[in-house]
Amino acid sequence: MSEMEKARRSVDFADKPLCLSGRGVTKVFGIGDKKTVAVDHVDFDFHEGEFVSIVGESGSGKTTLSKMLLGLLGQSEGQILFQGKPRDISSGRKKKEYWKGIQAIFQDPFSSFNTFQKVDAVLLDCINMRGGKGLSKQDKYDMMTEACNFVNLKFAELTNKYPFELSGGQMQRLMIARIFLLKPKILLADEPTSMVDACSRATILDMLLNLRDETGMTVIFITHDIGLAYYISDTVYIMEHGKFVEYGKADEVILQPKAPYTKRLISDVPKIHEEWDLSTVDLLKTE
Amino acid sequence: MKNTIRQVFHSPKFVAGFAIFVAILLVMFIYPLINPGNPLEQIGVGTFAKPGTYISLYDAAKTNTQTLRLPEAADNRIAARLSMDDRVEMINWFGTMNISVEGLDINDTDALIELWNQNYDPSARPEGMTSAKINYYKRLNNSIAELSASDTISIADYDEEGNLAVTKTISDTDYVNTKDVANVKTLPLGTDNFGRDVLKELVSATGTSIRIGLIAGIVATLIGLTFGLLAGYLGGVVDDIIMFVTNIFTVIPSFVLLILITYSLGQEQRGAAIVAIVIGLTSWTWTARSVRSQVISLRNRDHVNLSKLSGHSLIRIVVMDILPYIASYVVMAFILQVSSGILAEAQLSLLGLGPKTTQVPTLGLMMNWAMLYSAHTNGSWWAYFPVILVITLISFSLNLMNTGLDQVFNPTLRD
Ligand SMILES: Nc1ncnc2c1ncn2[C@@H]1O[C@H](COP(=O)(O)OP(=O)(O)OP(=O)(O)O)[C@@H](O)[C@H]1O
Ligand SMILES: [Mg+2]
Repeated sequence: MSEMEKARRSVDFADKPLCLSGRGVTKVFGIGDKKTVAVDHVDFDFHEGEFVSIVGESGSGKTTLSKMLLGLLGQSEGQILFQGKPRDISSGRKKKEYWKGIQAIFQDPFSSFNTFQKVDAVLLDCINMRGGKGLSKQDKYDMMTEACNFVNLKFAELTNKYPFELSGGQMQRLMIARIFLLKPKILLADEPTSMVDACSRATILDMLLNLRDETGMTVIFITHDIGLAYYISDTVYIMEHGKFVEYGKADEVILQPKAPYTKRLISDVPKIHEEWDLSTVDLLKTE
Repeated sequence: MKNTIRQVFHSPKFVAGFAIFVAILLVMFIYPLINPGNPLEQIGVGTFAKPGTYISLYDAAKTNTQTLRLPEAADNRIAARLSMDDRVEMINWFGTMNISVEGLDINDTDALIELWNQNYDPSARPEGMTSAKINYYKRLNNSIAELSASDTISIADYDEEGNLAVTKTISDTDYVNTKDVANVKTLPLGTDNFGRDVLKELVSATGTSIRIGLIAGIVATLIGLTFGLLAGYLGGVVDDIIMFVTNIFTVIPSFVLLILITYSLGQEQRGAAIVAIVIGLTSWTWTARSVRSQVISLRNRDHVNLSKLSGHSLIRIVVMDILPYIASYVVMAFILQVSSGILAEAQLSLLGLGPKTTQVPTLGLMMNWAMLYSAHTNGSWWAYFPVILVITLISFSLNLMNTGLDQVFNPTLRD
């Protein structure tokens, strides 16, 4: 285990201020026979600076929950609290305000960009959103260059390019650069690495960790890969059929799992049992 | 964008359709320059002059002549004057008189006349033949005799004392050069029931009809697009209301609605533009429905979510993040609307509900006029057939363009 990881896991987040929490949050799709309960009365408390993973199989309701957290989807029941207060996103302006505090990186970089707009437009939007509309061209350029440097991209090479001219890894790094510019309180990353190759995956995860360490933002990381969750998170929530069956510190949940579902997820990743101090790359290669 | 346009122009179907359409447009713009004037001017008295070149007889009689002794001239003259009906009656006569017509070709004028002259008997009164028929044969015999006699035509004029005096004789070997005749008029498609130059009228009507199609298409596409975008993107109550209206318009057949609206407008209000707008107002439902379903599949895409998270306004999201994705589709719908707008005008006008008849010709009005004056039963094909051909060509070219676009935008359709 690296020095950084040890340091990270020694922090007790229960003492930190609440950032985002939920009480009985539920989402039901459809009515009658076609009713699907995608998220079923979940409670959670995410703290400032915490790196939380939500782990579950396909169809367990992870994306649905993340859409509700982002305010892109209304919940059928329950309450979501932002910084300890009930969240109010009833009007367009309030939503805009909320989105200054919470941002996202989506699963599929290829569909995250408007293919009709050049990529630098995305970064420019972020500067404007942070109130940088009046800045000089040079200042904006410098900010975008800095953000790109953070994710090992060269801004000068990106300008005038369309999204489809970039690789999946480059697009996803650009998404991180976007977050770097926006500096939200909370970042919701819905399987951001599932569409990129193993090498880009390691880089992207490193960048997310760096971003958290540098800005102190809360990262909610959604994945179906419990090994990955163990490697990067402070806290892990295990989701089965729309319910949280187990949650707690990453070491506790994964090293001493209590729920049978968690045990099954862990057994699906054989390497976790064999050797606990895994090198980064080995773990990241497991799917 | 540039790439897409290049791709579109590599589709042979699109290029073919586009070429036909541009050719029609070019004729529409160039022909009036060559043959200017009011397309509804009545140049002829009487109906349906057939296509061809007309030479002023008055001017020809006063033009210097040239003598040409052409061996086939006399035969041609008779052949042209002896109509097919007359020929058939001649054969009938031979039949009633039990004269063998074996080996006789009805088009062989010489042989026919020879047989006639040998056998016709003015005093014969065949059994059962009406006296009207007998008189007809007498007249026919006279005109055949007149045709066969080579003669001259005399032109007489009044002199100072008021007596008729022959001033000029025209013999059957006198010719004038058409270049010397002061007035020669070619009417490639003849005249219509009001004695108007059909070609000139057709070119002008094509222009009007295309304009009607364009206006109808723009109106229908704008309404359909706006409703489809709003219903699809906003969903909920807005969607319910818009779909309710759309369903009402779908349930009532749009053509019936069109007829009712145009009828209630009355003849005086119905300019070409009004008719076009009414056509557009009754044909947007299809666009609205399909745009809506496209938008529904787009509105949950991640790039739209990201745009929301970036704090963009509703209008900006719809215009920048949704519209470009359905633009190709809207263009195709628009082309179809133009084509069906032109057809709708033709149908309306056929029913007599088209634009006011006194101002501009449209393709539908030309059909209507031709039908009212029974051009189809009296053999005046030039009054309606070219119109049908133009309508067919326009909608064929537009549909061809559409199929081409479809193949470019939906790669699964490529063959
Ligand atoms: N818009 C919707 N309408 C109806 N049902 C939906 C909708 N979105 C999701 N669901 C259902 O909700 C359940 C949870 O879906 P969700 O996308 O949240 O799963 P997930 O955990 O993100 O899965 P994956 O790992 O495959 O992304 C599924 O059964 C899905 O069919
Ligand atoms: Mg998902």
